[in-house]
Amino acid sequence: MGELVGLVRLGADLVSAMDLPAAAAAPERGPWPLLRRWLVRMGITGRWAVILPPALWLTVFLLIPVLVVFKISFSEAVVARPPYLPLLTFGEDGEVQLTLHLSNYMFLGQDTLYIAAYLNSIKIAFISTILALLVGYPIAYFIARSSDRWRNILLMLIILPFWSSFLLRVYAWIGFLKNNGVINNALQAVGLPQVTMLYTDFGVYVGIVYTYLPFMILPLYTTLVKLDDALLEASADLGARPFRTFLSVTLPLSLPGIIAGSMLVFIPAIGEYVIPTLLGSPSTLMIGRVLWDEFFANRDWPLAASVAIAMLVVVVVPLMLMQNAQNAVVERK
Amino acid sequence: MKRGPLIPIIATLGFVFLYAPIISLIVFSFNESKLVTVWGGFSTKWYGELFADPQVLNAGLLSLRVAAVSASIALVLGTLCGVALTRFRRFRGKTLLAGLVSAPLVMPDVITGLSLLLLFVAMESLIGWPAGRSELTIVLAHSTFCMSYVTVVVRSRLADLDLSLEEAAQDLGATPARVFFDITLPIIAPALVSGWLLSFTLSLDDLVIASFVSGPGSSTLPMVIFSKIKLGVSPDVNALASVIIGIVALGVVIATILQLRRPRTARA
Amino acid sequence: MAKKPQIAADTRPWRDPNAKPFVRIRDVTKKFGDVVAVSEVSLDIFKGELFCLLGGSGSGKSTLLRMLAGFEEPTAGAIEIDGQDMAGVPPYRRPINMMFQSYALFPHMTVWNNIAYGLKRDHLPRPEIEARVAELLKLVKLEGYERRKPNQLSGGQRQRVALARALARRPKLLLLDEPLGALDKKLREETQFELVKIQETLGVTFIVVTHDQEEAMSLATRIGVMNQGEIAMVGEPSEIYEFPNSRFVANFIGSANMVEGVVTEDEPDHVRIRSAELGADIYVDHGVDCSPEQILWWAIRPEKIRLTREKPAVQAGVPPDTNMTKGFVEDIAYLGDMTVYQVRLDNGRYMRVTKANALRGDPDAISWDETVWASWSGSSGSVLTS
Repeated sequence: MGELVGLVRLGADLVSAMDLPAAAAAPERGPWPLLRRWLVRMGITGRWAVILPPALWLTVFLLIPVLVVFKISFSEAVVARPPYLPLLTFGEDGEVQLTLHLSNYMFLGQDTLYIAAYLNSIKIAFISTILALLVGYPIAYFIARSSDRWRNILLMLIILPFWSSFLLRVYAWIGFLKNNGVINNALQAVGLPQVTMLYTDFGVYVGIVYTYLPFMILPLYTTLVKLDDALLEASADLGARPFRTFLSVTLPLSLPGIIAGSMLVFIPAIGEYVIPTLLGSPSTLMIGRVLWDEFFANRDWPLAASVAIAMLVVVVVPLMLMQNAQNAVVERK
Repeated sequence: MKRGPLIPIIATLGFVFLYAPIISLIVFSFNESKLVTVWGGFSTKWYGELFADPQVLNAGLLSLRVAAVSASIALVLGTLCGVALTRFRRFRGKTLLAGLVSAPLVMPDVITGLSLLLLFVAMESLIGWPAGRSELTIVLAHSTFCMSYVTVVVRSRLADLDLSLEEAAQDLGATPARVFFDITLPIIAPALVSGWLLSFTLSLDDLVIASFVSGPGSSTLPMVIFSKIKLGVSPDVNALASVIIGIVALGVVIATILQLRRPRTARA
Repeated sequence: MAKKPQIAADTRPWRDPNAKPFVRIRDVTKKFGDVVAVSEVSLDIFKGELFCLLGGSGSGKSTLLRMLAGFEEPTAGAIEIDGQDMAGVPPYRRPINMMFQSYALFPHMTVWNNIAYGLKRDHLPRPEIEARVAELLKLVKLEGYERRKPNQLSGGQRQRVALARALARRPKLLLLDEPLGALDKKLREETQFELVKIQETLGVTFIVVTHDQEEAMSLATRIGVMNQGEIAMVGEPSEIYEFPNSRFVANFIGSANMVEGVVTEDEPDHVRIRSAELGADIYVDHGVDCSPEQILWWAIRPEKIRLTREKPAVQAGVPPDTNMTKGFVEDIAYLGDMTVYQVRLDNGRYMRVTKANALRGDPDAISWDETVWASWSGSSGSVLTS
């Protein structure tokens, strides 16, 4: 930390070196006020120096790419580099021709594979979220109710796996779930039959819950730890049994945490590519995987683009609206 | 209040669920046998093989470089964005900026990757830059999505920060730029460190986006691991995993010790 | 309006119509969206004053202070400080400093660096900064604490660092936002006097925002009572307490028994008010700007009422059977320095009366369930028309 504050100091010193002492003593002299006044007149104030870099970056590398995807989703696929035809063509007599191919979207609607993949993605994400909530809630509750000293250690244990590689954590489950893996070896050792777990939907659920569990636990923990003990005692004092207290006090008060945690699991799960590919069966259709295959295996860029646009419209836009609404509520408080 | 045994039991099982796969991963990295899940005696030969593999080493170095550069770019852009969104009361396009910066948080990686690749292809044919897919394009892509996470971290820290601290500095004669360097930056420095570390980890971890925007000869470590895993479990991946987990654990232990020591010296 | 006591040689600038105000607030309005936080406030504050803005939460007092400091721009109206219009002048260019309610001490800087921060921004030479910080540390009695960080200080010490920091640049005007709000009661009383002493020594003009009327009364040269974004009354503490101009001020400052009444006699030298609520006629020994049959209010402080067991004798200059009413002592609260009597009048209304406990263990004190007469003089109450 010490070095860091030192670095910041350095930054501060650079700034003070820049506002020249002479100019500071007589603010109306020297080139700086002139320059500043000129910039202000041009409408460029210090604020825009802060706003413009991130705004430009996001425009170039986020907004425009999505528009490019949107454009290409209306193109026709060809075997070429790049593998799509331009929308605008210039005729011999100088007339501009715009060709919009809606065929990609029509194809999405006609081929049941895509609709099935969308629905299946939502189903898998939803079930995984519920499972993560069921596993995560008791853990979050346990941590929130532990003594101060234990609380930090347990929290660290929850976050720790997150810092190691995501891919390797999924990989670890292959060795665990496969037919001659750790679990099946253990089952066989006690004389139980083998169970196929790898390359099934079950594998996908385990993978998603395992990977995103910390995202469920942390928001739950933050709401549960704020829960005043006196509320639970008051409820008990008024004659409620522990389970009743849980239902009528703890659960409603931890609702914000439940919602936040569920969103944090559901959102990445729905577009997941790695987990269904490594742990699911080849027939586990998820939309992220379909897009990947369209792009890398079939090299159909326009179709991949239209899958992406459909995914944005169906999944991402509602989520963003929801998040914006939530932010608005938080900021009002 | 009395507590039943149910919750501690479930919590314990939860921790077993979190750690058992990782522990078994480490244990089997010392396995003599090539069959990853059958114990064939202690050996460190997979580590030897790992460090002799130039593909893995090159990919590892590339990933570290990309992560460090992307995290740093993301830190600067994300901090600016966080400041703009929390400290500037109103400006044209504020809602758009807030929406754009939070988009990568909800956008599936496949879409981010695809859209950036299509952008790079279009840009190359229009202005000739960036020429081909390379380390540069991965850095551009990673900076973009990491920036969102830095913005989230900085925004929440700034929202908690007592506004009157910055007002007090202004009141004492500091211009807004000075206030930022003298007051805001030192106070939010820990958040910036965690924002950078978060970005570094996310970049190091990314497979999907990098797969879209990388070119020949610029495979990141996750891409190399992924191609190995797709062929099935292999003990040298276990060894690699153990090395990574070891480094992370060491880092966390050091960070924890530093954190535990800091308040004590401050109180003295 | 009530007559104010006249003092022969007046040194108070606010009583001199020719005095030039130091801070001039002209018709200042501040709106946040549709919400009017401050509404057409005009106020003159003079050099060397310790002016208190007193009001409840949401009364607009803090917004007014923040406009003076430059953190908010008025929606309409003008603020002048020492003859200079403050419109568009950013906080860091104003000859003003502020002490924040939360103190806003920079947590990553030592006490010394906190106090020196403003001086460094003025690019003072190092030896001068050192001399001034030492002087300030002495002033606030914190020598030896230079190298501490804010989190290693007690609440009272932090408050003094905040004060020293705000005074460091020798501002012409110091704004204090609830300066004693975060201290406990005992410390608050001690600090009040210290604050006044420092203000008198340095001769700086202070504007203090507070919601605590006792604090305002003991600190201020003048008080501006604020209500719903408007200034309800400006005056010296005794004027505010003894001669409130409205029901709001009478109720807000201290406690008051207030009744509604109708004017039955309106003469230049007295008025007579009939009050059904009181069950008696009120005789006021000075003229009031009102008309016969007008409904108005009359307020009296609890300590200005006498309680007796026998019906009091007729007072000189007051017609018989006015300014007295009969009641029943229903409750007594013994507070040590005084006793509070809750007297139920014959018509069921309650009157609050306090009596200083001048005698130790007075055996003749009025007790529970006694029938008593409450009486007051012709000049004790205030007649309020709004």
